[in-house]
Amino acid sequence: MFYREAGQFRTSYGQDSQIFPLRQDRFAMLALLAVAVVVIPYIASDYWLRALLIPWLIFSLVALGQNILTGYAGQLSLGSAGFMAVGAFACYNFMLRVDGMPFLVAVVLSGLCAAGVGIAFGLPSLRIRGLYLAVATLAAQFFIVWALDKFGWFKNNDPSGVITAQPIVILGYAFNTAQEKYLIVLAIVAGLALLAKNMARGATGRAWMAVRDMDVAAEVMGLPLMRTKLQAFAISSFYCGVGGALFAFAYLGTVEPSAFTIDLSFRILFMIIIGGVGTILGSFLGAGFILLLPIFLSVLFHAVFGQTVDASLISAVELIVFGALIIIFLIVEPHGLARMWQLTKERLRLWPFPH
Amino acid sequence: MFNVGIGRTLRGLMAAAVVAGVSLAPSLAQAQAKEQYFGIPSYRVGAFAAGGSGFFGGIIDYLQYVNMKEGGVNGVQMVWAECETEYNAARGVECYQRLLKRGDQQMHIFEPLATPIAYGVLNRVDDDKVVLTQYGYGRSDAADGRVFPWVFSTMTSYWSQISAKLNWIATKEGGVANLKGKKIAHLYLDSAFGREPLPVMRRLAKDWGFELIEIPVAAPGIEQQAQWLRVRQERPDWITLWGFGAGMNSTAITSAARTNFPREKMVGVWWAGSEEDVLPAGEAAKGYFAAANVPSGKNFPLVQDIEKVVYGAGKGNLSDPKRIGNIYWNRGVTAGIFWIEAVRNGQRIANKRGQTLNGDEMRAGFEALDLTPARLKALGIEGMLPSFKLSCSDHEGSGSVKIIQWDGAKWNIVTPDWVSSDRKMIREMVEESAAKYAVEQKITPRKC
Amino acid sequence: MAGFQFFLEVLVGGLLSGVMYALVALGFVLIYKASGVFNFAQGAMVFFAALSFVGFMELGAPFWLALPITIGLMALLGLGIERFVLRPLVNQHEITLLMATIGLTFVIEGVAQLVWGVEVRRLDLGIKDQPLPWLADNAGLFISQIDIFAAVVAAILVATLSLVFSRTKVGRALRAVADDHAAALSIGIPLKRIWALVWAISGVVALVAGMLWGARSGVQFALVFVALKALPVLIIGGFTSVPGVIVAGLIVGAAEKLAEVYIGPSVGGGIESWFPYVLAILFLLVRPEGLFGEKIIRRV
Repeated sequence: MFYREAGQFRTSYGQDSQIFPLRQDRFAMLALLAVAVVVIPYIASDYWLRALLIPWLIFSLVALGQNILTGYAGQLSLGSAGFMAVGAFACYNFMLRVDGMPFLVAVVLSGLCAAGVGIAFGLPSLRIRGLYLAVATLAAQFFIVWALDKFGWFKNNDPSGVITAQPIVILGYAFNTAQEKYLIVLAIVAGLALLAKNMARGATGRAWMAVRDMDVAAEVMGLPLMRTKLQAFAISSFYCGVGGALFAFAYLGTVEPSAFTIDLSFRILFMIIIGGVGTILGSFLGAGFILLLPIFLSVLFHAVFGQTVDASLISAVELIVFGALIIIFLIVEPHGLARMWQLTKERLRLWPFPH
Repeated sequence: MFNVGIGRTLRGLMAAAVVAGVSLAPSLAQAQAKEQYFGIPSYRVGAFAAGGSGFFGGIIDYLQYVNMKEGGVNGVQMVWAECETEYNAARGVECYQRLLKRGDQQMHIFEPLATPIAYGVLNRVDDDKVVLTQYGYGRSDAADGRVFPWVFSTMTSYWSQISAKLNWIATKEGGVANLKGKKIAHLYLDSAFGREPLPVMRRLAKDWGFELIEIPVAAPGIEQQAQWLRVRQERPDWITLWGFGAGMNSTAITSAARTNFPREKMVGVWWAGSEEDVLPAGEAAKGYFAAANVPSGKNFPLVQDIEKVVYGAGKGNLSDPKRIGNIYWNRGVTAGIFWIEAVRNGQRIANKRGQTLNGDEMRAGFEALDLTPARLKALGIEGMLPSFKLSCSDHEGSGSVKIIQWDGAKWNIVTPDWVSSDRKMIREMVEESAAKYAVEQKITPRKC
Repeated sequence: MAGFQFFLEVLVGGLLSGVMYALVALGFVLIYKASGVFNFAQGAMVFFAALSFVGFMELGAPFWLALPITIGLMALLGLGIERFVLRPLVNQHEITLLMATIGLTFVIEGVAQLVWGVEVRRLDLGIKDQPLPWLADNAGLFISQIDIFAAVVAAILVATLSLVFSRTKVGRALRAVADDHAAALSIGIPLKRIWALVWAISGVVALVAGMLWGARSGVQFALVFVALKALPVLIIGGFTSVPGVIVAGLIVGAAEKLAEVYIGPSVGGGIESWFPYVLAILFLLVRPEGLFGEKIIRRV
């Protein structure tokens, strides 16, 4: 009933190849963006913005990068936290050492640095695949964190070994409050998500998916395997790097290299698996799930059991419930949240008819 | 089809539940007037849970004690809420935001006992008017209250601690002059924490003439073969152990036993000097020294009173009452004491006896912390803390430690008097570092 | 100290460390070999096993009673995992299964901390963590007794498992299942029973690893991280080879220690965190499936 497609004709190739071919979808997307840009900064509390929305957007971006590499190109990688670290520290150093460097340029440059590192550590993928590649990318993770930690130059020889991000100033306007930081992060993430969606739908994405499904056949068909794989690593690391820069500048503020742990890399992998491997929407949904569910559990248990039960027990139960929910969720829908959404949309298109 | 049905229902339920649940967050029980609210970002699971549960348990037990024994501070009851951070920066920041406001009250002291979390909220405490305390960890240069008005490294930062430890080693060797030509190895967790004392050590190595050997251990440090083989090769006279987590610390001690390195020549940082760190090493830990900013033990009147009043009424926070008097718990109790003294001072200074304090008043109260020997005795903790005083520019206060030694069953205090650091040198380094930070971050130091 | 003697000590120390890593990696290999699942929860299982063992001893059971109880518990855990986590996910993509074992990690860690508490515990195996006296006196080499004991235990374990896999009927069934589930089913091998058996054995291997590591470093949460040390061993040895695990463990252990001692100081030390992984990459470039792993044949 809502998704009546009757009467929507597409009369040009441009119309046919839109991201949202249905008018209802376009409307929904625009409404969502309008709410995100106009309504949320006014009604959301500081807690919602600083602790929930901003990290969700940032981790969605990093999960996007991970999805490009693992979901679309099929290269299982566990180095995303390392590339985030490269992005964060590169951005800090660009802002520090180049006078008058605009923030957005620094972010792009730091993404490019991360892309370079990504290519270097992606070289083994030309020979190794599957789980072996995943563990090999852990080398990237550990090495990058070790190098950033060891050489004081990256941290401007700070005695405590941390970097303190400079304030974000674009065209003379300082982005200091939570609302302003949220808007800048939203803008960057939305832009890059759109870019990723188009890449995935185009020839680039198709090349990646060919490599993922059967790389020998892809090579036989004439796809340049090395270029495609390294391109996937580069773009994925670019996204992770930009995410890392935002992580340091718009979220935490002060960051040390060992904040980018292997635990973080694994969490990013979880996000795309739960969200839906090989989908753009899945990155956002998965990031929300992994980020928000533990918080929700924590709030729930403290509210219900609060003063009566030992806090250590509550914390342990949170862990158990979180793990159990992941398992149950995977049993119910192994393809992730994005697939659930897709199935919902399919039924919505037919509703109220069953078929 | 079946899958889709279940999946959708599940998803719908979860979505509804998330919305409902998170909107619960701000509406935790409304705080009454005549209550001072504290947010406690504890970690009770994970690798450091043993220490965390002890420390935060100690704080809560002291707050409970003050409520029960004295009816609060001038009639103002202490209330608190906990949030699990898992020693993780992102969770810690979320806990900070969640604990910040409770009804119409706001928390004004935040002690995460975790360097990554302290750094994660460092930039916000100024605007939120929250006193960030780094009890014996974090940025050593936060001792300069002019550059870090809302950050306190009470009491004794890493720089002060290593200075005091080296002073003690010097006395054991018979004087600073005897250290010339000796070797001191710094065995540390390869992180910012482990590297923190190096600037002081390098400087003193030059001044005093001893050779400093730096031996890093990659995290998590449960495997130290290579490092101890280096120790065997270098044969240092002393080892300063700067480890974190029972795995690294107990492994260091057992490795020392395996390579026949005398434990009496090892002095650990206080994160390497708790019961949890030495227990797994068993016999091997006998004779091992550590620095303590707060010694362990139950022979302090306050500790005994808390056990009687709070645990007697069944309101103790530790699930295992045998841990009363352990180092982390004692440290927690003293942290609670700082908070209560701050509230007391704040009420007195702002002339708000019996009323709730706001952020500026709480900070003023904290800066007025003046623990004279008489006050320590009145509180029942004589010998547990050194006598010290904070001020606008000095946010550290003390710089003294006690050296303790493990005898196989408990920690014994080896230095009945407090071992002091070289306060002048440390303050010089602190001010230099803080000034550099101020320039880099474009902060104007306040006048004190 | 003589240069060569020192080198020998580093080498032997490294080899023995490698044995400890191999013990943990063994659990991974068993499960991957039989069911194609990368059991991320192995580290948590090591932790849980050691914790339960010490927990039972604290509750009063003597050593010789606590051991079979814990073995039984781990076997039960393995059965439970196979029944409730793996069976519903039986034909899913390997990434989904990986994720499920990650969820399992949280559950096991949470249960361990819930049931047994978070305090650190001592594990006393009755063997002192002291250097062997006659080696120390005669050759000047300090090699810990626990390390030697661990090496012996590991050798026995590996030998037993290798024999089981190659000589017994059950072992052959396990290999058949690992090769092709459908084919194994079609000739009548009881798949679910085999998987349950493998998970149970893996749980027992986790207990052995947990006890040895716990005796060395104390039973506490950091035991979970030993799994990270086992990953390079798995890569170099191949995910599906039991003897490969030992060989790879020795290589990783020795190389890691030698690198840390000889190369480490010139780059600031602490290279143990990434060196084994870089080593693994180098090995993989020559043999992409690990030294002893099965060659994966890709058909177009």
